Formats: sequence, C-alpha cells, structure tokens
Amino acid sequence: MGVPSTRTAQMAAMTTVGDDKPKKVRKRHKMRFWTYFWLIMAALYFLVPLYSTLQFSLETGQHAYGFKWYLQIFRDPMFRTTFLFSLRLAVETVIIGLALMVPTVYWVHLRLPRVRPVMDLISILPFVVPPVALVVGLSGVFNLMPWLLANSQILAFIYVILALPFTYRSLDAGMRAINVKTLTEAAQSVGAPGWKTLLFVILPNMRTAMLGAAFLTLAIVMGEYTISSLLLFNTFAVYIYYIGNTEAQPAAALAIISFALTWGTMMCLFFLAKTRGRASSGPTAAVGR
Amino acid sequence: MARLDLKHIQKQFDQVTALSELSLEVASGELVSLLGPSGCGKTTALRIVAGFEQPTAGELLVDGNDVIGVPASKRNMGMVFQAYSLFPNMTAKQNVEFGLRMRKVARDKTRKRADELLEMVGLATRSARYPHELSGGQQQRVALARALAIEPAILLLDEPLSALDAKVRVELRQEIRRVQTELGITTLYVTHDQEEALSISDRIAVMSEGNLEQIGAPADIYRSPRTEFVANFVGLMNGFEGLMHADDVVAVGKSGRPMHVTQDHGHASGEKVLVLIRPESIDLEELRDGVAPPEGVFEGEVLMHTFLGSVTRVALASDLGDLVADVPSIRALTMPPETRVGVHVEAAGIRLLPR
Repeated sequence: MGVPSTRTAQMAAMTTVGDDKPKKVRKRHKMRFWTYFWLIMAALYFLVPLYSTLQFSLETGQHAYGFKWYLQIFRDPMFRTTFLFSLRLAVETVIIGLALMVPTVYWVHLRLPRVRPVMDLISILPFVVPPVALVVGLSGVFNLMPWLLANSQILAFIYVILALPFTYRSLDAGMRAINVKTLTEAAQSVGAPGWKTLLFVILPNMRTAMLGAAFLTLAIVMGEYTISSLLLFNTFAVYIYYIGNTEAQPAAALAIISFALTWGTMMCLFFLAKTRGRASSGPTAAVGR
Repeated sequence: MARLDLKHIQKQFDQVTALSELSLEVASGELVSLLGPSGCGKTTALRIVAGFEQPTAGELLVDGNDVIGVPASKRNMGMVFQAYSLFPNMTAKQNVEFGLRMRKVARDKTRKRADELLEMVGLATRSARYPHELSGGQQQRVALARALAIEPAILLLDEPLSALDAKVRVELRQEIRRVQTELGITTLYVTHDQEEALSISDRIAVMSEGNLEQIGAPADIYRSPRTEFVANFVGLMNGFEGLMHADDVVAVGKSGRPMHVTQDHGHASGEKVLVLIRPESIDLEELRDGVAPPEGVFEGEVLMHTFLGSVTRVALASDLGDLVADVPSIRALTMPPETRVGVHVEAAGIRLLPR
C-alpha cells in the first residue's frame, strides 16, 4: 500500500513542478514586457520633444535640412559674449564656493560635528528662499552700496549662495567617504601642520567631490536667469530667453546647444562617479582580510 | 629613545570623568600596554600623550620636558591607529615617506629610509601599491613603517590589531614587538585584548573607569592581581569567599573547609578575604564510587566541558562552590559530565585579596 501511495505523491509533486515552470517563465516574460514598455514610454516622453526641437532647428526650408540656424547662433557675437561671460562667472563661482566651503566643511567634520545639522539646514536655505526673494533682499544691500552693482563679479558671490546646497552636499558626502579625523590625526602625528594636512592629504582625496560640486555649480550658473535678468546682467540664460522670444528656429538651435552643454556636464559627472565607485571599493574590500 | 611620564593626568568630558589622576612612567625603550575594557580611559590617555586631546589637569613629560600645549605635529611621536589610516591617494612608499617630506628631509634619504622600513615590515615588494590594494594586515604594517619613519621619540599604538583576523593579529603583534625591540623605541600600546598585552609588553597598566588599577610585568599582573577587577579582567579566575583561620590557613566557601596558603598576604586571623584560584592551578582526579577524597582534596562533580584545543575547560560543582578547571584534553576524556572527581588546589596558586 505504502509504495503506490508514495509513487502517486511523487508523481503529483512532479506534475506540480512541471506546471510551475512555464508559469514562472510566463510571469518573467510578462514582467520583462512591462519593464520595456515603461522604459520606452519614458524615453519617448523625453526624446519626442527633443527630436522635434532638433528637427525644427535643422529645418532650413520645406524638406530641407542644414545647420543654418546653428551657424547663425555661433556667428552671433552676443552668443559668444554671453556664453563666455556666464562661463567666467561659473568659474569664479566655483573658485569662491570651494575656497569658502572646503575649509568650512573640513572644520565642521573635524572639530564641530555637532554643528552638522545646522549646516545641513543652512545649506538648503537657497532651495527655500526663491531667487526673486533673494534679489529683493539683496536690493537693500545694493541701495546702501550701489557701487557693488557696477561690477559684474557681484553675480559670482550671489551664485555662491545659489549653488550652496549642491556645493555643501557634494563636499559633505566626500568628507563622509573618507575618515577625515583619522587621516588628519595620522598626518599630524608624522609632523604635518594643519594646512599641509588639508593640502596634501584631505584635498587629493576630495578631488571627485570637489569636481562634482564644480560641475553642478557650472550647470546652475550657466542656466541661471532670474537673478541676472533682474539685476540687468546679460548672461547666457538671458540671451537664450531673448532669442526664444524673438526667433523661433535659432531658439530651437540654441536649446539644443544648451542641452548638449548640460548633457556634457552630466556625462562628466557620470564618469567621475564611476571612477569614484571603483576607487572607494578598494578599502572596503580590504577590511577584514 | 625617550622617557615618558604622566603625572596626575585628569580628563573631564563635560560631566564625564575619562581620567582621574593617572600617573604612569614609561622608561626608555620600554613597551607598556594600557589594558582595560571599553570606556576605561586608555585611548583618552594615549590621545593626550599624542597631543590630540588636552588634559584637564596634570603634567606630561617627555625626557623631563612638559609637552602639554605642544601641537601634535611637533611632539615627534609616531602613532598607529585602530582604523586604517593610510592616505588613500598615496602608495605604501609615499605613505612612509610622507612624514619625512613634511620635515623636508633630502629626497634620496627619504627614499632610502622608506625602502628600509618597508623591508623591515616585510612589504618591500608592495611599496608601489595603494592602500586599497593591500590587506588589512599589510595596511597596518605600512602604518607602522610610516610611524617609525620619522624616528619618533615615542611610538603610540591605539589598538592597531583590533580590525584584523585572529591569525594576522598574532603574526603582527610579534612583528610589532620584534621591530620595537630592534629599534629600542619607547612604546605605549593600547589594547583591550589581555592576550595581546600579556604577550608583547614589558609592563602592563590595567585601567578601569579612568583609574590605574595595577601596573606590573605581565606575569605579575597575571599571577598576583592586586584588585578584584584585575583578577577578573586578566585571565579567568575562580573566586570564593574565605575566612582566615591562621596565617597560612583559610576556610573557603560555604563548607568552610580549610586550605593552605603560601602567599605572604598579611591578613589577620578572623579576617574575611576573597580567595582567588586560576583554572590551571586546579588539578582533577577521578574518584571511585564510595571512596572519599584524600586529605586536602575537595569533592566535585563535572558539569560541562569546553574544548579549547590542548586543554579542556571543565566546569564543576564542588565543596568550594562552582568553579572551572583547565585540564589537558587527553585527561578530560576520562572525566565526562557527571563524573565524581577530586579537586586538588595548588597552595602556590591561591591568591588572597581583602574583602
């Protein structure tokens, strides 16, 4: 009696297993289908307008395509002037921002870790206070010191505030990734004073974080419109807005150029992050060996 | 080589007393370990010596000169940290060279010294590797070489082996001791691992709650603990209540059976004492059914075995109370749980502490 019942049970089990397999395969195929479906939908959502803009920017006549509008933009002295002006501002903002924030974040990590929540709060203030409100607030300062507005460099100082969330977050993440306290003490124990420790030990290990902060700042400054237009400075963003309001096809070409610049910055960040991931995998892997 | 003196060092963190009047002398070329549980103040003491913390009160002398207030970078003390502390952007050799570069030592001398030290710690072939390409043990060897490169007056080691696995830990602690002896460098070594402290130190300073409990040679600390804390923290100890009967006789445990003592203890008759016996000072012998244990031997019953390799730790219920004894594993085979055994305690292995 026992033997047949066991065999029946085995067969039943085999049948169940046999039934399960195609079910699982079907489920997996179904999941894969929906994954691709939503991926394609998301891609279309972004790519169709982009493609339309690209096509429109290349259209030079009925069924005729070329780089006419691009050449027009590149030949426009305003493009070069505003682009270089914004680029210079971006570089200045990066230098001022890093010079201000690197020692600050380092000091907070090293000596004042209790202040970190306060720093976190301060760093997100530019997100909370809209640029218009910032300009209104600054106008009080400019009323007292109107000569400040005579120099375009003032924009760089304002942009430092605007880029603060990104600069701070990036540097903070970079400092967290390295053991700042131990590295500093190790350097000091072999005779390095504070500034040499920062220069030779901390900064080289913060390279990726600083580059990240720099690229994010660059992207913000290149696209900032509100503050520069309200303060009557002719930046690249103001130029894009002006072209957009006056000439349709060159505006489309400019949008594509601007997109390419932003995309280029993003790609730089992506590759840097990849390098960083590879570098940081080392010490973790070594622990416990 | 330098002499280090800590005199009445105190350290207060807000309301917490990390160190209360720590006094310690480390002779030239000596290796002293600060041993104690977490939070006992050993790392704080080391960090004060290194210059990373300032004491609330007290004096810190290196060769008789007070160094309190001297920045860490100017104290000429090499330090190896618990966490891996190699500079990730530099190779092993560059890490070792770093201190010399900071001191503006000539490049060829710097290179030569780094090569020598990497050779000394057995990493000459890995000098071009970055920290993430080295194992934990190798990283700590490089950290040791880096600390030694500046020819420090004092070498400070803050639990340098705690992140390593057991085998590497044993190898590296022998390596540290070899290098320290070879260079004759004054060394302060912080650890919570008693085996580590016992195996490499000239002297051990046992700390508890910011106080120095006892300082002495490893064998003295182990054999003659002066406080109950030291007795329990260093090695395993059986402890019983006792009452002095005579100069050399103490009544032990609930049964009050007398035991002979050879220690020069200074306790008067009628005084309550704590009787301490190491597991290895207890010998066990199987008792036949119905046979009473001989004179001076206590009766016990085996409760449990813990196999430790060459010895087996046997837990017993005895006339003295519950105790553990270390017996050779081969002999332990003849005494499975529930075996009736005779418990013989070596008189020389008994320590008495005031109660």
